[in-house]
Amino acid sequence: MAMLEIDNLHAKIEGEEGREILKGLTLSVNPGEVHAIMGPNGSGKSTLSYILAGKEDYEVTDGSVTFEGEDLLEMEIDERAAKGLFLAFQYPIEVPGVATMTFLRSALNAQRKKRGEEEISTPDFLRLIRERAGGLGISQDMLKRGVNVGFSGGEKKRAEILQMAVLQPKLCILDETDSGLDIDALKVVSEGVNALRSPDRAMIVITHYQRLLNHIVPDVVHVMNKGRIVRSGGKELALELEANGYAEYQQDAA
Amino acid sequence: MPAVQETVEQVRSIDVDQYKYGFFTDIESEKAAKGLTEETVRFISAKKDEPEWMLEWRLEAFRRWQTMREPDWARVNYPPIDYQELYYYAAPKKKDGPKSIDDIDPEILATYEKLGIPLRERDALLGIESGASRVAVDAVFDSVSVATTFKEELAKAGVIFMPISEAIREYPELVKKYLGSVVPVTDNFFATLNSAVFSDGSFVYVPKGVRCPMELSTYFRINERNTGQFERTLIIADEGAYVSYLEGCTAPMRDENQLHAAVVELVALADAEIKYSTVQNWYPGDSQGKGGIYNFVTKRGDCRGDRSKISWTQVETGSAITWKYPSCILRGDESRGEFYSIAISNGYQQVDSGTKMIHLGKNTTSRIISKGIAAGHSDNTYRGLVSAHRKATGARNFTNCDSLLIGDKCGAHTVPYIESKNSSAQFEHEATTSKISEDQLFYCQQRGLDPEEATALIVNGFVKDVLQQLPMEFAVEAQKLISVSLEGSVG
Repeated sequence: MAMLEIDNLHAKIEGEEGREILKGLTLSVNPGEVHAIMGPNGSGKSTLSYILAGKEDYEVTDGSVTFEGEDLLEMEIDERAAKGLFLAFQYPIEVPGVATMTFLRSALNAQRKKRGEEEISTPDFLRLIRERAGGLGISQDMLKRGVNVGFSGGEKKRAEILQMAVLQPKLCILDETDSGLDIDALKVVSEGVNALRSPDRAMIVITHYQRLLNHIVPDVVHVMNKGRIVRSGGKELALELEANGYAEYQQDAA
Repeated sequence: MPAVQETVEQVRSIDVDQYKYGFFTDIESEKAAKGLTEETVRFISAKKDEPEWMLEWRLEAFRRWQTMREPDWARVNYPPIDYQELYYYAAPKKKDGPKSIDDIDPEILATYEKLGIPLRERDALLGIESGASRVAVDAVFDSVSVATTFKEELAKAGVIFMPISEAIREYPELVKKYLGSVVPVTDNFFATLNSAVFSDGSFVYVPKGVRCPMELSTYFRINERNTGQFERTLIIADEGAYVSYLEGCTAPMRDENQLHAAVVELVALADAEIKYSTVQNWYPGDSQGKGGIYNFVTKRGDCRGDRSKISWTQVETGSAITWKYPSCILRGDESRGEFYSIAISNGYQQVDSGTKMIHLGKNTTSRIISKGIAAGHSDNTYRGLVSAHRKATGARNFTNCDSLLIGDKCGAHTVPYIESKNSSAQFEHEATTSKISEDQLFYCQQRGLDPEEATALIVNGFVKDVLQQLPMEFAVEAQKLISVSLEGSVG
């Protein structure tokens, strides 16, 4: 059984008449797989990630999404998180005054509680954080600072990956995690992501550019345009896109 | 971090609209006749066995009060108060005064126990063994002080901590010298009313060079119906002394509004320091705005000596209406005043609170950090004055006022007054207003927090600078209180 099954998904912005952003998207993701979704601006990539996470600004008008056999669209945002869905934000949000450490522990325990698990003990939590932060080059000082407050672009993305590493989700959605990263930061982030690849975990990597996929090598590449997946293929599809651009697909769909 | 978790549990365990402290204790009480006349004042004074000079002081206040008008400049609205419909004195009935804690009505002890305040020194002592820090408590029930703990141990250090009614009899010279010296009898309508009818409160004197060996604390409880509470607190730190004091307040749930008009006076002599913390949790009224306490309070500290320091920290979550401006008169050279405030309003609560920093001496400094949080249909106003007298060379102030809005039916207002008559004064003012954004909530929820956990976390982050100022054990209590106050504020 696929972990994530998206079938003929149609969606628009809540309350707005007319224009659909997703127009019949179908996608199936199995455990252990890494899927890359590429496409031009405005093709609906970020909308897809928000709808999967449960952001309230969108309205699903048709189709279904099943996560491990359950209707994902019926679940609250935090319930989806507790079930193991994680979204690494393109623009991570600041939460002033709440130390990253505190935030992570609150989040982890909230998830564990919802799953009926024990809260993590302080020593276990500190060990987990230390272990995961080191690999991403995140200092103790950064962990004490407010969530994303005063972080550089690269620090924000690394902090997102740290959260992912600590929360250990089943399905990771990375929304343009490469944007705003220089080549060194891209490497660190990619290594962090690769370290999390496992046979039980699936990933959806959303990006404009092929360069991220040199580091995070996908199993499947999808081309998205105008709210639909218009072509799927192996990792070589990304290289083809890099060479030829999206123009071909935009014409096709028009 | 664990506190945040506790906070969250607290929020879960309480239904919307349920004020945890809203129970009523059924005990017999003795009240003065309804209404306020010279007779009432004489009655209260006689009940307290007061000397003649004290009665005269009260009567003067009463006469003055009759000529005064209730202030109307604050951003609060309420129907006119009929001062003749209130009781001004209510005391738990007893045969003789309590000789020891064992003589106190068990019902009252049970009440304080419910509030989580250990009055029994025995219990408190057990607390020491388990590593908790020690706090001496004075408990005021309606109009009288019912118990003061650790009195003897404090006396060994030379610290006087007792109900003010006792201090008037036992230390008349100290009381005469300082009572009304910071908040004069004629100061304002509510303070003058308090001067006429105050029935009890706490008195603290810390002698020269003494560092008070424990936290001092007073818990105020209004129990009786239609009864105003008018407590009076006077704290004096003599030269080089230090004291940290905390007050907490609760009341039963009532449909009608109850009046609380307290006066607190602090005097810090040279090199002395007073830290005064408040966790105010009077009944705020129900979610429709019915009932609740009118909290009209005058608090002022006088940094009378050079290099003295007074610090106010308040966490205001209760009361239907709050009208309160804990202030510092920076009289001594190089004296310092601080005001740290968290004011949270929800439902139909109205808060008009802030501070006054009056710089009189040379090189005086002050710092104001105010965090206002408005939710529901409430209104939350910061009103503050920073002024430098023409002799206040080198005065400095830093003010930071932040407001946070939750929802779109509440209001936050900032009304700062700045006056400088000395060209060398440096005053800085920073203010921000923000909303808990949908994006912040979405982000926190995506990480697994439910909307209430997310709000509690964001708000706790917002008030962090002020919470850090509270004594440790109260910071945890305050943190819980904050979340409980915001119950039901997330749509």
